[in-house]
Amino acid sequence: MAKTFTLDASGIYYRQLNEQIREAVANGATKIVLNNVNGQRYIADALVGDLEFEINGVPGQDMCSFMRGPRVRVKANAQDGVGNTMDDGLVVIEGLAGDVVGYAMRGGKIFIKGDVGYRVGIHMKAYMEKLPTIIIGGKAGDFLGEYMAGGILLLLGMFSDKPTEPIAGRSLGTGMHGGVIYVRGEVPAEQIGPGLTAQPVDEADKAVIEELVKEYAKELGLNAKEILAADFVKIKPFSHRPYGNLYVPA
Amino acid sequence: MLFQPINRNYHDFTIVRDKDLCINCKVCVRQCSYEAHYWDETRQKVMADNAKCVGCHRCEALCPTSAILIQKKHSDFKDNALWRPEFIKYIYKQADTGGVLLTGMGSPVNIPIYWDKLLLDASQVTNPSIDPLREPMELKTFLGCKPDKLEFSKTKDGSPKLKTKLAPQIELNYPIMFSAMSFGSINFNLHIAMARAATELGICYNTGEGGLHKSLYKYGKNTIVQVASGRFGVHRDFLNAGVGIEIKVGQGAKPGIGGHLPGVKINEMVSQTRMIPLGSDAISPAPHHDIYSIEDLHQLIFALKEASEYRVPVSVKIAAVHNVAAIASGIVRAGADIVAIDGIRGGTGAAPGMIRDNVGIPIELALASVDQRLRDEGIRNRASIVAAGGTRCSADVVKAIALGADACYIATSALIAVGCTLCAKCYTGKCPWGIATNDARLAKRQNPEVAAQKMVNLVRAWGHEIEEMLGGMGLNSIESLRGNRDKLRAVGMTDTEMDILGVKHAGR
Repeated sequence: MAKTFTLDASGIYYRQLNEQIREAVANGATKIVLNNVNGQRYIADALVGDLEFEINGVPGQDMCSFMRGPRVRVKANAQDGVGNTMDDGLVVIEGLAGDVVGYAMRGGKIFIKGDVGYRVGIHMKAYMEKLPTIIIGGKAGDFLGEYMAGGILLLLGMFSDKPTEPIAGRSLGTGMHGGVIYVRGEVPAEQIGPGLTAQPVDEADKAVIEELVKEYAKELGLNAKEILAADFVKIKPFSHRPYGNLYVPA
Repeated sequence: MLFQPINRNYHDFTIVRDKDLCINCKVCVRQCSYEAHYWDETRQKVMADNAKCVGCHRCEALCPTSAILIQKKHSDFKDNALWRPEFIKYIYKQADTGGVLLTGMGSPVNIPIYWDKLLLDASQVTNPSIDPLREPMELKTFLGCKPDKLEFSKTKDGSPKLKTKLAPQIELNYPIMFSAMSFGSINFNLHIAMARAATELGICYNTGEGGLHKSLYKYGKNTIVQVASGRFGVHRDFLNAGVGIEIKVGQGAKPGIGGHLPGVKINEMVSQTRMIPLGSDAISPAPHHDIYSIEDLHQLIFALKEASEYRVPVSVKIAAVHNVAAIASGIVRAGADIVAIDGIRGGTGAAPGMIRDNVGIPIELALASVDQRLRDEGIRNRASIVAAGGTRCSADVVKAIALGADACYIATSALIAVGCTLCAKCYTGKCPWGIATNDARLAKRQNPEVAAQKMVNLVRAWGHEIEEMLGGMGLNSIESLRGNRDKLRAVGMTDTEMDILGVKHAGR
């Protein structure tokens, strides 16, 4: 039985808000409902374990940074830096999100219904059983998946407020040396980083996409069949050592 | 061989072997990881390929009969003040390969070393000097934000009680710390050694950006953990493992350039600690792409403070560059408790040579201008300053503190203490002294116990010398020397240099 802690965040500075959340967790709360959130930073930062968050309102920068385990649902838009260096857990954003979502994320999942800003999923890293995953229902800004070293980025381009924009901005996957970026439909070649190409997905990829989309659709109340009713392409690194030949040999 | 690349003729060193002394025992063959020595089956004797010698002196040091001498090769390039041999050799190498010139350790080029042009004061007759062997001498150093003012309340019995809540501090027994050298760039034996040495000395070592191996968490009280753009091995336990967190923005040896640990150096243990796959490059670019402004830096500083629940001070490390004073001011205003500044002579495991030798400014000038700027703005108390990059001896530490540093980071000195000869080939991963290598056969040349003892000895010796110098100046506490530029005089400097350093010329 979840012990619920409900807090009206209006007018509370982030430092006090987060102190109260940590205190509630220390006192055994397992479900935290935050109402009237209005830009408070660092919510759920570095929290650990089987916790559930419901955030009503727009949370501020660096939500869920260094987080390991909690499931966080934002019933609005989110700002920049969601899931910065996140270790584990689930973040569901029912609106759109800003820049650098999932910077150096190492594990867990981030599901965003709408568009995202620049440099989302950069430096993502997979290690052993940890496989960070970001699914973006809308479109992405420049440098999606830059320096990506592991994990999965899935870009759907469906629930976007930017009808005239390409599905992904410039330099998609530039410098990536691990992981995979899946895109629903097509991605213009000129948007993709140097040395990379969009390739058709194979059966194994399809199985991964299908499983992820089902989970995503369930969390966001969307129709998985509709999402899957299109072809997907994948962008993979051409080397796990992209700059290995840059230097005078020793 | 009829034809060989021109490169091979113009190598840097010649291996001289005394035929009478050599007993063909092959120790040199086994010791040289660059295969400069080899056993010639036909001749039945040890031979050498001079072109492969990097000048590390390992063979010379271990030859049981002292038969080996490593000498600079005197190539017969025609004298030319402009086209010095190093530039000619660079061009040969690049014409052969089309590659960027890579190098290791701090810059060897002839940039003015202001430490050598600064002289310390001593007391004579008045304000008598103090003998640290018999009188108390305080080297204790606290790093972190200091309050603008102290407020006291009275307890019931009328005694004063501190009301002001103090910010967290890092407590050091010496104004010296071991600077960031990541696990991966140097091997685990040296990380154990640094951790143990720092613990025994009551100072701190910095993990560097490669994470912290589980077995070293127990040295947390003497550890500063580092977060760089690649965030290798960074997670909540790591952030809470030490007594300080450092955000690495820049490094003196390569300002504007990121870290790049080649896949060949990522072995099992490095992979575990960095939490990245075996053999995959570890790329840590210069920009943190979540930091484009002072406000963004503020955001990361406080993300780290939130993650560590405000228990530890947060440091921001930058390379000393042109506008370092303004940048440092921004860093302090962004909420950093410590600003670490790394000068142009700071070391590295790998950096492009052009960057290392041409980008950045000397630490002495950077340090003096940052200290002055923070004082002028009335925010000097809000952050400690740590100076890094080419601190060679205790006198350099004393001069740095007089110029305004709270403490010095040392790294090259610590490596020299365990045998480094500055051959500057760290980036090859073949360090014959067992330092900048993860090859188990080479790494075992460093015994963590012995290495820790050498580091301890070095800092203790410097500590004694610092006490002597302080005592000579009539000071009994390192605190009285901080930013006390009146204890410094310049020799052979221009007015501009003295103005920046805030020192008078000797004789004045």
